[in-house]
This record gives sequence, structure tokens and C-alpha cells, in this order.
Amino acid sequence: MDPTPAGRGTAAPAPADDRSTLTLHVNGTARTLTLDHRTTVLDALRQHLGLTGVKKGCDHGQCGACTVLVDGRRANSCLLLAVAHDGARVTTVEGLADGDRLHPLQAAFLERDALQCGYCTPGQICSAAGMLDEAAAGFPSHVTPPTADVPVGPAPLGADEIRERMSGNLCRCGAYPHIVRAIEDVAP
Amino acid sequence: MKPFAYLRPASVAEAVRVSAATPGARFLGGGTNLVDLMKLGVETPGLVIDVSRLPLDRVTRTDDGGLRIGATVRNSDLAAHPDVRADHPALSQALLAGASGQLRNTATTGGNLLQRTRCPYFQDITKPCNKRDPGSGCPAREGAHRDLAVLGHSPHCVATNPSDMAVALAALDATVLLHGPEGERAVPVTDFHRLPGDNPDQDTVIRPGELITEVVLPPPPDGAVSLYRKARDRASYAFALASVAAVLAVRDGRVAHVSLAFGALAHRPWRARAAEDVLRGATADRETFARAVEAELEAARPLRDNGFKVDLARRTAFGALTELASRAAPND
Ligand SMILES: Cc1cc2nc3c(=O)[nH]c(=O)nc-3n(C[C@H](O)[C@H](O)[C@H](O)COP(=O)(O)OP(=O)(O)OC[C@H]3O[C@@H](n4cnc5c(N)ncnc54)[C@H](O)[C@@H]3O)c2cc1C
Ligand code: SF4
Ligand code: FES
Ligand code: FES
Repeated sequence: MDPTPAGRGTAAPAPADDRSTLTLHVNGTARTLTLDHRTTVLDALRQHLGLTGVKKGCDHGQCGACTVLVDGRRANSCLLLAVAHDGARVTTVEGLADGDRLHPLQAAFLERDALQCGYCTPGQICSAAGMLDEAAAGFPSHVTPPTADVPVGPAPLGADEIRERMSGNLCRCGAYPHIVRAIEDVAP
Repeated sequence: MKPFAYLRPASVAEAVRVSAATPGARFLGGGTNLVDLMKLGVETPGLVIDVSRLPLDRVTRTDDGGLRIGATVRNSDLAAHPDVRADHPALSQALLAGASGQLRNTATTGGNLLQRTRCPYFQDITKPCNKRDPGSGCPAREGAHRDLAVLGHSPHCVATNPSDMAVALAALDATVLLHGPEGERAVPVTDFHRLPGDNPDQDTVIRPGELITEVVLPPPPDGAVSLYRKARDRASYAFALASVAAVLAVRDGRVAHVSLAFGALAHRPWRARAAEDVLRGATADRETFARAVEAELEAARPLRDNGFKVDLARRTAFGALTELASRAAPND
């Protein structure tokens, strides 16, 4: 799937309608790129912008390693075509800290030792950041008890809610118990 | 992946016009299924028409108290919508039982309805598959079919429809609105997806160039309660092995309204009309529920390795009806 020039020496030159010029606002900076339409947001970030915090695990939407925030909402960047996200605001793990001050989730992951190899960690942290905002906005989850009077306030976050809401982020090292604890530390 | 041209049409009319004039073009919603299948080489469009920014992103009330759901409303927004949660909990629950938080943020109503089967042979272009390559055969029939159909399959295809949302929409009597080169039409969601027959390459009755613009829900029946239950290999983030969407109203101990649909058992969401016939007007008790579910699942024809799905469906439906009855008539 890799559409970058380096990967395909033999391909015929792409006709002009196979590529587009687009702008992504990445971690607060506008980045304008001319990309083959096949380029995903994940490959744009890693290969064209050098932001290697975002990871490629499965490349098929199954593992969550590539999770970033797009216009403030978490998404699997491996399934997003960059051309379809012209103008979007993208936040990667590199953009979460405030200068040298770690994001509270980054600090909690360190504090709780919520990783082993660390490969899934940037995706876990970006996913948790998006998840906390979703819960604050009152989004329910599969384990939220249904009620006739739909609450408008934030959804409360216990360990079960966190596990369910984070189920799109796999960890091959099985660091789940510490990941849940780190997120509990930051959850309101 | 094959190179492709990209277009972001300004209107529904432009999307339909270009699509109808360009054989092999594909609409792009969230892309969570289409982009995946393009990476696998299963989909090879020469033109991708991005409909995700068309102004179809609203959930609004209809005059009769139902809901109109735009085709580009994201699955997570639909599940969280206060009117959906209050009137149609089965729909909210079905959406929340599907995929992951990230995927639901991206996936759209239209794309969810048209997601393709997860049959492993369909997704592997080195294998024969009648759905992907008509006439090439169906290796799933004798091969890996543990997750596949037990109802309504044909010698040509035993695939299942993987959507949770579509099962709830089937039980809720939703209607799909389509815009095509010949104009607009409305199709009940229960007629939208097909059984495989001898042309499993057609998942639905959608015609070339047609765009899903909206899904319309009627208001909930008087006194009705609804829910969605899903049985799967993991507690979260797995496709259904069997699922049930049910709507029930009980008056004076009798079933005043019922609709029941199964998911993951067939090539389309399976509206359980035989079970509903047994239930309608009958005493709302466990004996009736068991008889009704049995009446529906009599038609099951499991394959070598998926007989367990029939039992799973039976228990899931029985549990759903029992639970709804206790809520619909708490004093009975
Ligand atoms: C790892 C993983 C796990 C998943 N688990 C589940 C699950 O448990 N339950 C479940 O239900 N789903 C699950 N899904 C599937 C997911 O729900 C679908 O991929 C998603 O709903 C598709 O929506 P989309 O907008 O991204 O569609 P797209 O990928 O954009 O489109 C899908 C199809 O619909 C067509 N299309 C899109 N919009 C329109 C329109 N308006 N009119 C006409 N045609 C249109 C496209 O051309 C394409 O053929 C899972 C997916 C992944 C990757
Ligand atoms: S079950 Fe259907 S989708 Fe699967 S291999 Fe057979 S024809 Fe293809
Ligand atoms: S790399 Fe995107 S979900 Fe696995
Ligand atoms: S820490 Fe190794 S994959 Fe999660």
C-alpha cells in the first residue's frame, strides 16, 4: 500500500489526477503537501512529515496503534485518506505536551508504568485523550446503563467504562491493567 | 492499491451525476471499510467520490415524531444523539456494540449500511469467491464458515452481513432514502439488503449511481421498549456471532406490539416475521417467547461448523424478549 516514491521504482509516472495538493494543520502548524491519493493520514504523518510517534501496527483499523485526533476526535489514521482530510486539524502524540510539560495522560502513563515495549503507547494516549473528551461530552458506551431520561451531563468513568471505551487499542504486551489505572488517574 | 482520481462533489446532484457517468467509481463515507478493501485489492475504483462533507450530517424530527438521519452522520454521534437514546435505545446500543470508539467516530450511516461481509475468502483476492468474482466458487461452504450464515444462504454464498446498526434499523422499520440518476426512492431497510441467491455479488438492491441520502425512522410505537443484544467471541471489539434487536409493547399481559430481528445469521438482517406472528396478541410469558423463537429458527440450516450459532441466537432472543417484557410490564 506504500505509495511513496521511494517504495516504487517501476511505477509509471502517475497522471496528474492521481495526486492532489492539500493542507493538514498538524500540531498547530499548517503543512501543505502534494500527495498521491492513496496516501493515508498515517503515511503522510510518518513518511512525509517525519512524525514517527504515530505507529503503524496492522494498517487495517484493527489495532489502534495509529490513533490520532482529527478535528479533536480520535480516529485510526491508517484508514483515513489524506486527500479527504484537506484542512483538518491533526494532533499526534508529539502535539500533546505543552512545551516541556507533559500532558497529564503522558505523566500518568509514566507514573503507572503503563507500558512494556511502548509500541502501542502513542495510540493509547491519543485514544485516551479523545475518549476523555467524548465522556465529558456525555457520549455513552456499550456498558453505560440505558436510561429513559437521557442524561445530558458527562458520563461517569469507572474501570469498566474505561476498558470498554479503550477496546479499540490493543497492547501485545498486555499492559492493560496499568493502562486502565493510568487513565483512571486522569479521569475526572 | 490501484491509483485513483478523487472528487469532492458540492451537492448530492453532482455526486449522483458523476457516479452514474463513471463505471467503477465508489462513494467514500468514513472509508473505514472502503479504504481497508482498497488496501486488500478487493475494491479497485478508478474514481473515489468523497460524500463525507455533503450536508447530510443532521438528525432531525419528522412531522409525525420520527427521526431523519443523514447519511453522513457519524456512528458515534448517532449513538449519542439524545432523541435516538430516548426513542430508540436499540439503535444506540447496536451502534455502541459495533467496532471501536475510533472507528465509530469515522464511520457514517450510509457506509455502515453498505459495509461488505467479513467472510475471509471475500477479503483474500488469492481465493475464489462468488461475491467478489462471480462464478469462481464459494470455498467457505466447505472451508472456514464458523462465523457465517445459518439462515437464507444459497449454494453460491454463505456470507453474513456484519452490521450491528442494520439489525436495529430492521427491527425499527426504518426506510432508506436513495438518490439516483432516475430520481429519488424510498426502500424499507428490510428490503434493502438481499439474500445471496445465485448472484451474491449484489449485497443490496442499490442501483448503479445511487447515493444513500437519509434513513428515516417512524416514531416508536405506544408503550414500546427496545434493546439490542450481541453475542461475540470477546466482550468488546468483535463482530457478532448472533445478535438480536427487539421492540416490545405489552398491554394487559398480552403482546400489543413486537418486532424482532436477528443479526449475523444471514446475508441480510433477519427480520423474524414467523416469531412475530406467534407473539402478536399472545400472552407475554416465557412459554410464548420460547415458542416464538423456535418458530423462527426452525428454518435454520447450519453448516458443518456453525450449528452453535442457532443455539446462541435462540438464547439471545429469548433473553432479550424476557428482559423487555419485565420492563414493558413491570407490574405483571
Ligand atoms: C476492526 C474493525 C472492526 C469492526 N467491527 C464492527 C462491528 O463489530 N460491528 C459493525 O457493525 N461494524 C464493524 N466494523 C465495520 C464498520 O462499522 C464499517 O466499516 C463502517 O460502518 C463503514 O462506514 P464508513 O462510513 O466508514 O463506510 P465507507 O468505508 O466509506 O463505505 C463503505 C461502502 O459504502 C459505500 N458508501 C458510503 N457512503 C455511501 C452513501 N452515502 N451512499 C452510497 N454508498 C455509500 C462506499 O462506496 C463503500 O462501498 C468494523 C470495522 C473494522 C475496521
Ligand atoms: S460465503 Fe460468499 S463471500 Fe464468502 S467465499 Fe462464499 S461467495 Fe465469497
Ligand atoms: S495501524 Fe491503524 S489500526 Fe492498526
Ligand atoms: S506496551 Fe508493547 S504493545 Fe503495548
